[in-house]
Amino acid sequence: MVNLSVNLAGVELKNPIIPASGTFGFGREYAELYDINILGSFSWKGTTADMRLGNPQPRIAEMAGGMLNAVGLQNPGIDAVIRDEVPNIAKIFSGPVIANIGGFSLEEYAENCRKLNDVEQVGIIEVNISCPNVHAGGKNFGSDPALAAQVTEAVKKATNKPVFMKLTPNVTDIAAIAKACEDAGADGVCLINTLLGMRINLNTKKPLIANRTGGVSGPAVFPVAVRMVWDVYEAVKIPIIGCGGVSSAEDVAEMMLAGATAVEVGAANLKDPYACKTIIENLPAVCERLGVANISELTGGAHK
Amino acid sequence: MNKVTYTIRSSRQLAGDIFEVILEGDTSAITMPGQFVNLDLPGFFLRRPISICDWDESTVKLLVKIAGKGTDMLVHLKSGVELDTLSGLGNGFDFTLAGEHPILVGGGIGIAPIYGLARRMKAAGITPLVALGFRSAKDAFYLEEFKALGCELLVATEDGSMGMKGFVTDLVKSRPERDYILTCGPLPMLKALHALPQLTDGQFSFEARMGCGFGACVGCTIPTKDGYKRVCKDGPILYKEEIVW
Ligand SMILES: Cc1cc2nc3c(=O)[nH]c(=O)nc-3n(C[C@H](O)[C@H](O)[C@H](O)COP(=O)(O)OP(=O)(O)OC[C@H]3O[C@@H](n4cnc5c(N)ncnc54)[C@H](O)[C@@H]3O)c2cc1C
Ligand SMILES: Cc1cc2nc3c(=O)[nH]c(=O)nc-3n(C[C@H](O)[C@H](O)[C@H](O)COP(=O)(O)O)c2cc1C
Ligand code: FES
Repeated sequence: MVNLSVNLAGVELKNPIIPASGTFGFGREYAELYDINILGSFSWKGTTADMRLGNPQPRIAEMAGGMLNAVGLQNPGIDAVIRDEVPNIAKIFSGPVIANIGGFSLEEYAENCRKLNDVEQVGIIEVNISCPNVHAGGKNFGSDPALAAQVTEAVKKATNKPVFMKLTPNVTDIAAIAKACEDAGADGVCLINTLLGMRINLNTKKPLIANRTGGVSGPAVFPVAVRMVWDVYEAVKIPIIGCGGVSSAEDVAEMMLAGATAVEVGAANLKDPYACKTIIENLPAVCERLGVANISELTGGAHK
Repeated sequence: MNKVTYTIRSSRQLAGDIFEVILEGDTSAITMPGQFVNLDLPGFFLRRPISICDWDESTVKLLVKIAGKGTDMLVHLKSGVELDTLSGLGNGFDFTLAGEHPILVGGGIGIAPIYGLARRMKAAGITPLVALGFRSAKDAFYLEEFKALGCELLVATEDGSMGMKGFVTDLVKSRPERDYILTCGPLPMLKALHALPQLTDGQFSFEARMGCGFGACVGCTIPTKDGYKRVCKDGPILYKEEIVW
């Protein structure tokens, strides 16, 4: 019997598989298809202080090996999530849930964390810092070590739950951002968010996505994510949630060998709603093949 | 919804770039006309959403217009090829809400779900009035199939080469007693129909680019009077009073 359990900054997960934010809603659609209690956890849709309607259509485009999205953080707002979604999550999932939050100012991030602090089922707060700072000319919080550190400090003051900073790959040196988060008190980091991309419609000769740019994800970004997890593992001691292009149990093992303690699966769920279930079923065999009795032994294995 | 394997049984050209593709497999998740399937085509990351034209216990009929590489591949797949499919997606048309005098309107490839709807209305003892619009006579398809159902059929072409010269809106206006519409077609057509004063209510089938097709990613949402709705899960059929343009 392979032991699949992992420990993420003190939070025990029965396995390292976590559907990524924005690809799993608040669990409702998947709970209709399978018992989502098999999951280690899931990261809910990025939630902001106020309700957001998101970007105009079209929001989705395809590419070889993946997709682009410009959903624009459509969500009902933190109060509605706590009121309407949290009680339902309690019905469909018994483990700790990861609360993904977005924000456009330090105060917004902190306020969201204060509101989540008393929500028992939230095991970890995942802070998406791929958002523009409305008070600093729209500069992305995740693109500057000092700004990333400021968000980390603000959220750490606002909650005593473990806080994982979710990093954008659209930077020159992601390890420096991760280090800044660690130094500011982050309990962990999650990477990568989507890569900025664009497609042009040949019929209209205009960008295909109404927002012009969209976030690239799916199997094509996997090697980028593995490389970044590798770099961050070399730079920090806090646990890493690896994310980006994962679509098989083998990918999970690879991500863990690069340095991840747990692994998020995004776009793969959209293509195949049973993707995480299949990955979890295949994990023991992959561990056996790699000769580990505890999956956690894989973490960082490629650095030795 | 369920995830099933469908096997290509046949594909035949109906007109120009329009094909009828028949798939075989488990259809138990399909409950309403106007629902769709989301097909995993080899070599493509995202699935392709296609309306269910008609279905029985073991087959699904699709009408497919070549719009790009995916649909081009689909209509040319050989009999026996297996496709991983999410079946029975979306809400579907509900003709029990359509009153005594509905009119069914299909434009171009939007005819597809209208056929399955008409067949089910007929089976329920209603003789549907169906209005179909095409660009020209050479683009027309499925007229015989609708006639074989025993529908009352009206046809319009933009160039007048078949039926009435004009648009489906003209066909609807020619039958002023019809106050309820069930329709699928291009957006400008839906918009023009929605504006017709004779209609008190109706059901309109929408399209959007989809990430998942089952409600999880909010990639497909559009504004309605009742807030944002997911075309894939809350739709693709929206009701007249909730639609905003
Ligand atoms: C609910 C619904 C029902 C549909 N029913 C039918 C039908 O019965 N028959 C039919 O021929 N077509 C139907 N379509 C349109 C069909 O999905 C597209 O023509 C098809 O996805 C195009 O794929 P492609 O690879 O040929 O084109 P490409 O342009 O190469 O596709 C690129 C990407 O854009 C997406 N895309 C392109 N056009 C559309 C579109 N109009 N709607 C949604 N996604 C699109 C594709 O799925 C793919 O992800 C329907 C669409 C929706 C949303
Ligand atoms: C449709 C969609 C919506 C997303 N929404 C969010 C979000 O709200 N918050 C967030 O932190 N990441 C969001 N992401 C990013 C994913 O969580 C993930 O980091 C990224 O897609 C890379 O993983 P993947 O290649 O497995 O998809 C979204 C991704 C997709 C495809
Ligand atoms: S396509 Fe994902 S919610 Fe509709």
